[in-house]
Amino acid sequence: MPHIPLPEHLPGITGLLEYRLDTAMPIRDLTQILLRGESSLTQGERELIATIVSSRNCTNFCEAAHTKAADLLLGESETARLVKLDFESAPVSDKMKALLNIAALTQKSGKAVSEEAIERAQKAGATDLEIHDTVLIAALFCLYNKYVDGLATVAPSDPAFYQTLGERIVGRGYLRPPGGFVNPS
Amino acid sequence: MPHISLPEGMPGILGPMNFSPETAAPMNALANALLQTDEGLSRGERELIATYVSSENDCFFCQTIHGAVASHYLGDADGSFVKAVKCDFEQTTLSDKMKALLSIAGSVQKGGKNVTIEQVEAAKKQGATDKDIHDTVLIAAAFCMFNRYVDGLATTAPTEENVYRLRALRIANDGYSASAPYAPVTS
Repeated sequence: MPHIPLPEHLPGITGLLEYRLDTAMPIRDLTQILLRGESSLTQGERELIATIVSSRNCTNFCEAAHTKAADLLLGESETARLVKLDFESAPVSDKMKALLNIAALTQKSGKAVSEEAIERAQKAGATDLEIHDTVLIAALFCLYNKYVDGLATVAPSDPAFYQTLGERIVGRGYLRPPGGFVNPS
Repeated sequence: MPHISLPEGMPGILGPMNFSPETAAPMNALANALLQTDEGLSRGERELIATYVSSENDCFFCQTIHGAVASHYLGDADGSFVKAVKCDFEQTTLSDKMKALLSIAGSVQKGGKNVTIEQVEAAKKQGATDKDIHDTVLIAAAFCMFNRYVDGLATTAPTEENVYRLRALRIANDGYSASAPYAPVTS
């Protein structure tokens, strides 16, 4: 049960983002820019960064939602699964491995991001902007994960829920739908 | 030296924010919505939560600037009160409600799942509203983002306290923004 009263038909982050709209709007805007804006990283690659951070923070709701989004964007479900298991041996480019390493270090602490980790990414062809975006996506998902778990929001166990949610964030993105979320009951 | 080429003369978070103005805009909007209001928790109390979490994350730049803003609001001219809060808030003259909320913020810093029902009950018993608890968790979570952004890119931070004091006055007057550079050191 959540630590504060939240709408029951909006589990996970969605109920929190409806709880205080003036703080939700910049969080949604930042997510839309980072995960759906123009970038030399694909949307699938950016969702993999969100996924590995949520997985390492053990935030089931975010992990399931962004795994599903990555699966839908990549057209298969093996890559996200293997990235979470061991990204060094996952079927992604050397550049992505280096960026996932930076994301994994950022999850631990900003100070954990070493010069070696940055040099590895640069040698694999990562630009300054890609490194910047990787650190900020990882940092943003630490915000999300701590927000979702810190208020003990509910994570549905039905996989169909995440299928629907994944389709929504792939198809429509992260901005609040006009008029908000209708309570079906 | 920062990990990537950032605009020169921009300390701390202003470096990456000026490198990427598009993402800086919502980040500053979030800081203003969370910190520049006295609804429920006061501005000083909100800045204390930000300072404490930044200190727990060992982020020098964030704990110093938000500590300076907190000191400004709380009439803590020499910064000794904010320092005591960072060291051991239980031993300070803070209200029991704020102590309970800082304890929740400390748990969020370690991991969201560390926040216990007992901590939340204790805060409510001391008069914290649902919104106070929400804002405490979100401020703590947001600073786990800001701190990682600042340290994950190895930004530089001024060491002169006066720089932060002057910047704190500007923040208190005008809110958070990436546009205004830090005042030059006058001492």
